Amino acid sequence: MEQQANATPRMPDEIGVPDHFQYMHPVLKKNHGNWAWHERPRAGVLRHVSKSGDEIFTVRAGTQRQMDVFTIRKLCDIGDEYGDGYVRFTTRSNIEFLVKDEAKVAPLIEKLESEGFPVGGTGASISMVSHTQGWLHCDIPGTDASGVVKGLMDMLHKEFVQEKMPNRLRITTSCCQINCGGQGDIAVNVQYTKPPKINHDLVANVCERPAVVARCPVAAIRPALVDGKPSLEVDEKKCVCCGACYPPCPPMQINGEESTKIAIWVGGKHSSARSKPTFHKLAVANLPNNAPHWPEVKEVVGRIVEAYKSDAKHWERMGEWIERIGWKRFFEMTNLAFTKHHIDTWTGARKTMNTSAHVRF
Amino acid sequence: MKDGDSIDGKPEAGKADKHPTPHLDELEGGPWPSFVTGLKRLRDEGSPNNRKIMNDLLGQLNHSYEKKLGFWKGGTVSVFGYGGGIIPRFSEVADKFPESKEFHTLRVMPPPGFHYTTDVLRKMCDIWERHGSGLIAFHGQSGDIMFQGCSTEATQAAFDELNELGFDLGGAGPALRTAMSCVGRARCEQSCYDEARAHRTIINSLLDEMHRPSLPYKFKFKFSGCANDCVNAIHRADFAVIGTWRDDIKIDQEKVKEHVAKVGRKYTIDTVVNMCPTRAISLNDDDTLEIDNSSCVRCMHCINVMTKALSPGDDKGVSIMIGGKRALKVGDMMGIQVIPFMKLETDEDFEKLEEFAENVVEFFADNALEHERIGETIDRVGLPAFLEAMDIPPDPNMVNHPRTSCFVRTDDFDEEAAKWFERKAREAGMQISAE
Ligand code: HEM
Ligand code: HEM
Ligand code: SF4
Ligand code: SF4
Ligand code: SF4
Ligand code: SF4
Repeated sequence: MEQQANATPRMPDEIGVPDHFQYMHPVLKKNHGNWAWHERPRAGVLRHVSKSGDEIFTVRAGTQRQMDVFTIRKLCDIGDEYGDGYVRFTTRSNIEFLVKDEAKVAPLIEKLESEGFPVGGTGASISMVSHTQGWLHCDIPGTDASGVVKGLMDMLHKEFVQEKMPNRLRITTSCCQINCGGQGDIAVNVQYTKPPKINHDLVANVCERPAVVARCPVAAIRPALVDGKPSLEVDEKKCVCCGACYPPCPPMQINGEESTKIAIWVGGKHSSARSKPTFHKLAVANLPNNAPHWPEVKEVVGRIVEAYKSDAKHWERMGEWIERIGWKRFFEMTNLAFTKHHIDTWTGARKTMNTSAHVRF
Repeated sequence: MKDGDSIDGKPEAGKADKHPTPHLDELEGGPWPSFVTGLKRLRDEGSPNNRKIMNDLLGQLNHSYEKKLGFWKGGTVSVFGYGGGIIPRFSEVADKFPESKEFHTLRVMPPPGFHYTTDVLRKMCDIWERHGSGLIAFHGQSGDIMFQGCSTEATQAAFDELNELGFDLGGAGPALRTAMSCVGRARCEQSCYDEARAHRTIINSLLDEMHRPSLPYKFKFKFSGCANDCVNAIHRADFAVIGTWRDDIKIDQEKVKEHVAKVGRKYTIDTVVNMCPTRAISLNDDDTLEIDNSSCVRCMHCINVMTKALSPGDDKGVSIMIGGKRALKVGDMMGIQVIPFMKLETDEDFEKLEEFAENVVEFFADNALEHERIGETIDRVGLPAFLEAMDIPPDPNMVNHPRTSCFVRTDDFDEEAAKWFERKAREAGMQISAE
């Protein structure tokens, strides 16, 4: 049997997306599509009530996302002993324990907290930072997303376990400009500051040159002979240091101590609630990639969070708040500089300019 | 002894010393759960296989913190029968850290809504302890369960066991990617359609595009039950399906009064009336709400604030937005509203959705340039050309406002206008006959 399997490899069972009902809490299954309303008795707890009168409690806790089997098993033990054996994850890698019986909620919270899993992340809180792979696994990273996130969440822990922000505040991090982390109320992203350093010995063998030329958003790359070897060269005046050439051509190294800096962006929003979804906008660039604590990044994020918390109205997201008070006040309140680099120069830039008589004083 | 110190002479199953990890040790304090502590636990207490891999992985990661550089490169690894779904990682510093020199990731598709029993999670742990490093991410930004850290040799066995457990590889490379759904119908009263059913219907009909990559570039679907868009579909998916409704918002006026009594009139005006994006709400003198439903854009805000008093209407369905993506290469894009409304209840409705999804992917396969996302293709050819190819009539809901540029040839304007009036007449007729 074993040998046969070796001789003819097993064909995959092309299952596709598995059926979720087999893993779903029975109360959710029974009341599927029949929920009436919900409330949040405290931060980290949701109470959903069905039209049938059934109810279910959800207890949400933060995780480190990159989890070892021991941590997962510990969460499973907690789920079996204090919950009903059913869990789910949110888009931001929080775990949710589903329990039918209200009496289980308090002991479950106590157990999670005693095991070091903060309970919160609901409503007007700062939830887990959505983030990417970084040095742990990606082939093109400028920094380690998991490390930045650990530092940020240590600092923001108190805003995770309570609901005291004007509205939810969603932070994302990305370890290169591909930005796997996505849009955020605050986005902490690597921003390269130097054109790629090219190892001309390797280009001809490693890179499919026309594909690399095609990848550049500003047509800064052209084929060239360097020391008699076919290679590529970069017009450094044109190059915007985006790193797009690096994945298809690793000898065009974009990351490095000199080049890798961190930029912070604000006012991105995915949801269509109230205002339409928006992209985040540059707040500050050129912060140092100062592992393992990134103190400069944490300091600026802290300032932005405080300004938003003190001045935004209830339900205003970061971008909506800034739209009301204006960018002038945003830069004043956060004590950040507004520079020529804040003025967009990309396609469509004109739509980002103020073409009116509206001025804030 | 400090954790991470080398353990001179201490016998540990004949294993070499632990790499010192001074930089990573810094990330173990603080109130947030530490991934470093988890990695160390695998190194110290994991299965023999996990211990070896993790010691060198921690060594390499600490080396990255020291040099501020990543040390992984890609390559090609796949399982029998599939062309994608595995992210290969080979170490560039394998001479120093040989045991983690191959550290591939299996992208595995989760059930829609990310529901799990503790039982199935434990089984996943057992498999990954046997064949991988013991490190799993719930979940990647793509929505996959990321089984991280597998040698080339162990990849097939790991996949076979996960596959036998009932799970399948997701997408990677120029292919259909793993999709994501919000919790929706399973636990959320705002849900306007069966997200998980739409998710499974579409992805499972297009599995070939996922497992045997041959598209010009990636293609992503995401499913949110309402405009709150809990899975960030509009920006992060090429094809975003978002729930909505056509009839009136449901108002329980008694609950409105309770809400106003509780939070106050000024607060209600500030947080509900004034924040409606289309000024569709007013608060009556008797503390009941009046909503101008023809101006309401179904943004969900007022319902989010008054979860007990307000809820989506009964005539539910979905909107579809096409073309969301991040910066590469032409800049960020949000998906464009191309199907303002379609019903999604009957088997036939789901078949229609499936057919539309297949058509859009086919359009992408036929028309996109290499490494181009569908949003860029649409920008290049113009939205009208895409609509014509998909046989979708133009609708004012697709734009913020009509064009402002006069550079367009309009000699067939009258014929196009005639189509609009014909369609309006047909819709009116249908309404009359329905009544
Ligand atoms: C069948 C016709 C052609 C083909 C297949 C072709 C193909 C290519 C390719 C593949 C490249 C990129 C090289 C690389 O990335 O390594 C390239 C670059 C170039 N081609 Fe062509 N080409 C054609 C015709 C022409 C013609 C007619 C001209 C000029 C009159 C031209 C001028 C150039 C120039 C100047 C570059 C370099 C561009 C730069 O510096 O970025 N090509 N061509
Ligand atoms: C007038 C015709 C053509 C022109 C002007 C042209 C020009 C070029 C140039 C400038 C390069 C870059 C050379 C370098 O990197 O030093 C290039 C590369 C290339 N050309 Fe052409 N080309 C032409 C026709 C063709 C044709 C007919 C083919 C294939 C049937 C072809 C296939 C390629 C390929 C595959 C490369 C890339 C080699 C690499 O990976 O670096 N070209 N071409
Ligand atoms: S953001 Fe960039 S470096 Fe980070 S995981 Fe994504 S592609 Fe890799
Ligand atoms: S870094 Fe970006 S702009 Fe610079 S050469 Fe590479 S692709 Fe072009
Ligand atoms: S997107 Fe809407 S339906 Fe889905 S979980 Fe979020 S609020 Fe509920
Ligand atoms: S759903 Fe949004 S647009 Fe509609 S009435 Fe409520 S706040 Fe206004």
